[in-house]
Amino acid sequence: MRRSADDRLFRISTGIFAAMVLALVAGIGFELWRQSSLSIAKFGFRFWTGRVWNPVSGEFGALPFIWGTLYSSLLALFLSTPIALGIAIYISELSPRLLRQPLSYLTELLAAIPSVVYGLWGVFVLTPIVRKLEMAVPEALRRTPFFSGPPLGVGMGMAAIILSIMVVPFTSSVAREILKNVPIAQREAAYALGATRWEAIKVAIGYGKTGIIGAVMLGLGRALGETMAVTMVIGNNPQVSTSLFAPQYTMAAVIANEFTEAADDLYLHALIEIGLLLFIITIFVNIISRFFLWSTKKRLVRA
Amino acid sequence: MPKLIRAAALIALVGCNQGEAPHSATSSPAAQTVAINGAGATFPNPIYSKWFSDYNKVHPEVRINYQPIGSGGGIKQLISQTVFFGATDGPMTDAQIKSAPGPIMHFPTVLGAVVPAYNLPNNPQLKFSGPLLADIFLGKVKKWNDPAIAKVNPGVALPNLDLTLVHRAEGSGTNYIFCDFLSKVSPEFKQKVGVSTSVSWPGGVGGKGNEGVSGLVKQTPGAIGYVELIYASQNNIPYGAVQNAAGQFVRASLDSVTAAGASATMPADFRVSITNAPGKDAYPISSFTWILLYQNPTDKQRGRILVDFMRWALSDGQKDAAPLGYAPLPKQVIDVEMQALQKIQL
Amino acid sequence: MSNARIRKIISAIAESLCGLAVLIALVPLVLILFYVVKHGFTSLNWAFFTQMPKPVGEVGGGMANAIVGTLILIAIAALFAVPFGCLCGIHLSEYPASKFSSIVRFAADVLNGVPSIVVGIFAYGLVVLPVRRFSAMAGGFALGVLMIPVVVRTTEELLRLVPPGLREGALALGATRSRAVFSVIVPAALPGILTGILVATARVAGETAPLLFTSFNNRYWTTNIAQPMASLTVQVYTYANSPYEDWIRQAWAGAFLLVIIILVLSIIARVSVRRLERMNRP
Repeated sequence: MRRSADDRLFRISTGIFAAMVLALVAGIGFELWRQSSLSIAKFGFRFWTGRVWNPVSGEFGALPFIWGTLYSSLLALFLSTPIALGIAIYISELSPRLLRQPLSYLTELLAAIPSVVYGLWGVFVLTPIVRKLEMAVPEALRRTPFFSGPPLGVGMGMAAIILSIMVVPFTSSVAREILKNVPIAQREAAYALGATRWEAIKVAIGYGKTGIIGAVMLGLGRALGETMAVTMVIGNNPQVSTSLFAPQYTMAAVIANEFTEAADDLYLHALIEIGLLLFIITIFVNIISRFFLWSTKKRLVRA
Repeated sequence: MPKLIRAAALIALVGCNQGEAPHSATSSPAAQTVAINGAGATFPNPIYSKWFSDYNKVHPEVRINYQPIGSGGGIKQLISQTVFFGATDGPMTDAQIKSAPGPIMHFPTVLGAVVPAYNLPNNPQLKFSGPLLADIFLGKVKKWNDPAIAKVNPGVALPNLDLTLVHRAEGSGTNYIFCDFLSKVSPEFKQKVGVSTSVSWPGGVGGKGNEGVSGLVKQTPGAIGYVELIYASQNNIPYGAVQNAAGQFVRASLDSVTAAGASATMPADFRVSITNAPGKDAYPISSFTWILLYQNPTDKQRGRILVDFMRWALSDGQKDAAPLGYAPLPKQVIDVEMQALQKIQL
Repeated sequence: MSNARIRKIISAIAESLCGLAVLIALVPLVLILFYVVKHGFTSLNWAFFTQMPKPVGEVGGGMANAIVGTLILIAIAALFAVPFGCLCGIHLSEYPASKFSSIVRFAADVLNGVPSIVVGIFAYGLVVLPVRRFSAMAGGFALGVLMIPVVVRTTEELLRLVPPGLREGALALGATRSRAVFSVIVPAALPGILTGILVATARVAGETAPLLFTSFNNRYWTTNIAQPMASLTVQVYTYANSPYEDWIRQAWAGAFLLVIIILVLSIIARVSVRRLERMNRP
């Protein structure tokens, strides 16, 4: 009887700490919403479609930042997914046993490098290279909306490249886990039917398809929230442009640059409202990816 | 104990590095260190960081931690009272002053110049007229060999390079000074962009701080940006001469900035603009830069220290201005300021 | 060419493309490490570790205050995150099936995905604004919030790995739940929990964004956590954005130090995870 009272105390006291984690998430959402109330009240839905970000006149529209964040992240996904999947496939299916640990460690190393170091390297090493590449783009392509504008080096293209490098290790390690858990029976069945190695791999991928989508979305979530490396190479210009050469702006970058100097309350609330949107979007992407991963896990465990 | 030893060792180290003998503190070595936090403009950061460091040598118990986050940031943090003093090169607007929890006073410290710095092969010496600069920064001039630039620079070989505009990414007094000048010489600029610490630039790349803009200009061929004089000269970035109100093309220098400052009639609250100043020797993009203090600070001890610092800066500190590319304040201004400092309620 | 032949060729091409992907991914890694080592290692000197930043434009000085600042910030973060995260993880592992636990688990996953700059805004509103001061406490709090989900998950996973025989044995001897957990199970899982803490620390050691408006920055040496404090990451960011050659050199040195710290932490973590996996394999 003393024992059950002790047990109950244990459950409640550890439960309080668990509840505080819950409170933290709810607290962040609540604080963001509360501290952006002025901006929400003033602009309403216009905030999401307004293109003008003008602290002087008090006109705040977040569209350029939303565009910049989505465009850079999607470009990064486009660049990183094939590479991440290739790595996952190679390490889990094709590589010699001995190489497996070192290779997986090396790809994880990419994830360990801090964002600011990526930015430093991006500015001083990669940007001059990218600038030369941009200047070498032929005139015919320059006329398309994807390559218009002066070749600066910094811009959407640079941001996409850096983001994709940063995202690769996340996507690939989760994809590798998925592939590792696909039952051997699937591949053996394929071989029994006379499949080549690649075709057997395709079967495995097909089986773990939802999980791989989940892995890709995890990478997307990472790219959406990335701040430092992006703000150092993206050019910091709030404009909506499809050109890879154009300097643009992301939600995280504008908060980092302008937060400490938003002199009036409306300005600060507008910035925090952008933070609120970023919060909601990343939660959303996270939930979807977890859902994909969870349903794959159930399927793999059952088989 | 270890902290004191550390502090003493540090003082000795810093003292030794400057080639001076370890100094004797004017107060007892066990005096409580007072940390004062300030934030604001990057424009005067080179001289402020020297001043705070030198003042710390004379008063080792005073540590003034100044963070150059931009004039907009300085004003904001001062109003929020997360820092004790601010610094700005764009004077506070009436609205900002009204939103502060207490009256704030502006104190000019030095005079400086904003120069148009650029990155071109062979570093040609270029001249700009006011309206030309406005057109460039409005995005109307796209290439360096545009006839508008060639007209003002006869005989100079201009490359067929795209112009890349570099502006400030955050709220900046340097921004304010530059836009103030451009708005005076170009009604279109005034209407389209306006004057403030934070404006909406039509295109171009944003750099953080004077440091960021000079860094970007230095790395990007064909770039043009606006920075405080010292950032261009310390980093060997070529900058152009600008045409002043009297029609002369003047390069920023100690003399030309001083000439601009001499023409100012100083109002009682010290908020004055000297861009496009009259006089044939005046550099047209000059400005005072101010330190912002609450007239009635809640922390009297820090208030006293800062007032003492201001007196030091306005007397001993002024000799540091010229070597760093700033112009010292005119004597009349200093006299009026010393008087105004007494208004701070301690 | 027969169908089988074509398929074999396609297979070979596809496989080599995968190998190519690995090489492509390794190129930036090698380049980054190469340049960080090349520029950073040569810029490390005794002054870097012992001196404060010099006034603008003067050559020399170091990042002593930033190095100590980063260590202090991590310590504050761990002090906050470890008890919270561990106790939460213990609850989740002891009552894994309850509705409450699944909600908390979900919340921890959500917290894991929140961008660090958003956490910085939260910390600003909670710790900076009410006292009107930037402080190391605020920065440490932000980093702690970022650490919590990692600590929660690894604690839960590792406690579950402990062989059930251990718990049953303890309970059979008449121990209360809390006794069983704290005296038997946690010590058994301790190496794993510590590994999780290391992993979480490695993650936050490299964070910059949330510190920009919480711990802010400080030119001086200070260990006072109620004052703004310099940190390695913010200092590297500040210097990287400047045109001064000397500052950029020091930025590389700071980057090098950061990478070394994180590398060491993650190597230790990885090695001990492998040891644990081997130990707990039935």
